[in-house]
Amino acid sequence: MEERVIEREFGELAINMGPQHPSTHGVFRLELHLRGETVVKVTPHIGYLHRGVEKLSETLEYDMLPPIYERDDYLSPTANSLAFVLAVEKLAGIEVPRRANYLRVITAELQRLASHLVWLGTFGLDLGGSLGGGSTLFLYCFRERERIMDLMETLTGTRFHTNMNQIGGVRYDVYDGFDRDVFKTLDYLEKRISEYKEMLENNPIFLERTKDVGIVPQELAKEVGASGPVLRASGVAYDIRKNKPYSAYQEFNFQVPVGNKGDAYDRYTVRLKEMKESLSIVRQSLGGLPEGPIHSRKPVKTPSLFKTPKGEAYAAVESPRGELGVFLVSDGSSKPYRVKVRSPSFSNIAIIPHILPGHLVADAVTILGSLDPVFGDVDR
Amino acid sequence: MTFAESVSHGAILLGAIIGVVTYLTWVERKFSGRLQSRIGPYLVGRPHGWLQPIADALKLLSKEDITPTKTDRFLFNLAPIWVVVMSLLGFAFLPLTINWVLVNIDLGLLYFSAIGSLIVIGVFIAGWASNNKYALLSALRAAAQIVAYEVPLLLSLLVPAVLAGSLNFQDIILAQEKYWFILFPVVGQISGITFLLAALAEGNRIPFDLSEAESELVAGFNIEYSGMKFAYFYLGEYAHLLAVSILVSILFLGGPLGPLLSGGVWIALKTLIVFLIVLWIRWSFLRLRIDQMMMLNWKVLVPLTLGNLLVAGLWVSLSR
Repeated sequence: MEERVIEREFGELAINMGPQHPSTHGVFRLELHLRGETVVKVTPHIGYLHRGVEKLSETLEYDMLPPIYERDDYLSPTANSLAFVLAVEKLAGIEVPRRANYLRVITAELQRLASHLVWLGTFGLDLGGSLGGGSTLFLYCFRERERIMDLMETLTGTRFHTNMNQIGGVRYDVYDGFDRDVFKTLDYLEKRISEYKEMLENNPIFLERTKDVGIVPQELAKEVGASGPVLRASGVAYDIRKNKPYSAYQEFNFQVPVGNKGDAYDRYTVRLKEMKESLSIVRQSLGGLPEGPIHSRKPVKTPSLFKTPKGEAYAAVESPRGELGVFLVSDGSSKPYRVKVRSPSFSNIAIIPHILPGHLVADAVTILGSLDPVFGDVDR
Repeated sequence: MTFAESVSHGAILLGAIIGVVTYLTWVERKFSGRLQSRIGPYLVGRPHGWLQPIADALKLLSKEDITPTKTDRFLFNLAPIWVVVMSLLGFAFLPLTINWVLVNIDLGLLYFSAIGSLIVIGVFIAGWASNNKYALLSALRAAAQIVAYEVPLLLSLLVPAVLAGSLNFQDIILAQEKYWFILFPVVGQISGITFLLAALAEGNRIPFDLSEAESELVAGFNIEYSGMKFAYFYLGEYAHLLAVSILVSILFLGGPLGPLLSGGVWIALKTLIVFLIVLWIRWSFLRLRIDQMMMLNWKVLVPLTLGNLLVAGLWVSLSR
């Protein structure tokens, strides 16, 4: 009898957060062990969105693959296909025209803005719920994102999975007046972003909920292989656009924002500053857009004719979530022998079991939201 | 009033409240829509979706009445009824014009707050009877919250009572003939604001809607409820919100007092303004965490309201 009482007093409540849960950002399951409201143990379970993209790649020709990679991380499609085409170009030794590189940068940065806007909106939902101020922020952010989607639609005919990148260049050239449309959108976004910055950073509830929550120490971030804003918020100035430039990033002038503490608030500030940098990169690249062809090889008619030499290559890009790498092994045929995607979200959510214990249940949602995982990217 | 008269008045009041509450959901949806640069309901009943609440009610009525197997059947079905009954009971004591009040008793204010705090028992029953871990956590939160916020709620409610020298609603209204209590320097404003905050916490509204907390607890105590039972919780929540809005307008804004227009119109106007302020807060704030909420309560609101009550008492006894 006595033992039972003790067991009840010190018992843990195991609770399944997910896979169907409003704030796990997709299909993700957190097995939480609670003592009162405090998390004592957490086991993340992934794999609910596994689509076998890597295996699928072994059965398709190279030119068929970029659109499939765009479905990987469904918030920043071009970053994914960009990593893949960069790897193929590296392996096959294909030169990309300068204009194509600029166009790749423009679309990638516009989609980074869109992705970060989605993040900011859903972070609001995590903090304030879908039936309150959070949803207001969410709808504002989606309204802004809509402008970018419109731009993409006029440029490529598709709002989201633009299919912009192809091996050897890009598929679509800009139309007359594209720069005018973009500049107008950028000015609009800049105004709005400053507005949200002011709105959130003067909001005591937002500060209370994010400051000192989910601190990721620098060593831990390095150990689990975190990258992107999560790593930079912990104070490591590592950005592939700066450290190992690809496409045309070496030609532009931009800062790499860094946090110092590594809490949720730092991750928020880093992302917000990054959005401002993205605005500046798009302005620079559109201002100096060189003339010339947009691809160095003919668009595909028979994909099986395109073969890569035997060998392997790794190319990484800075996606909105971090280092997105594609490792490609070729046996000389028209299909890849093996593809491995190094997805940033996968490494980033590896932080969760290290930092979650000791926080309250509400913080679990904040921390997960601040890591910005995309489960299409985690499970591939 | 004879017994028959009371019953008929009560029935009229009940119908009116349920009608008003139904349309308050429409007001909220339109208001939040404008706030979020949306249109809100539009298509059901043009213009501006004025039939939307009725369509919603019909939908909820036509849904299957589910009682999950592993629940405590009796308590599970009792909880929504409890919440609605307790929310509606409070209206009996509220004067809607100076002379029109269903039950006029000297301790009206005390009765009202006593019944208001009974609502949470329904929430707790719901969370316990659902046999669901999320609901259980939510019920525990609701209980902790109500115990904490009842203190500043009552302390700030007492200020108008002290200023008026009575717990009777009519006396409190008549005492505001010269000026409204919200205009009473410092004391009135502090008690008005703290009362609104505590009432938000008591009524489970953002930023204090921790027991509903859909981002972590999915839907909290009403996670297992659907159809009409869910609608009862909704009705209860809005009825309570309406009662609180009326209470604020009576205690702090002079209630039915005002020039030119009749008392009923004035109280309706003031109630609507208070209600919109509550909505404005809801749709622009994020949610607090449980520990932060407790901190706000015990370290800020309780000392503040206690001191405020003391000042009000001193003021009244010295100026007499």
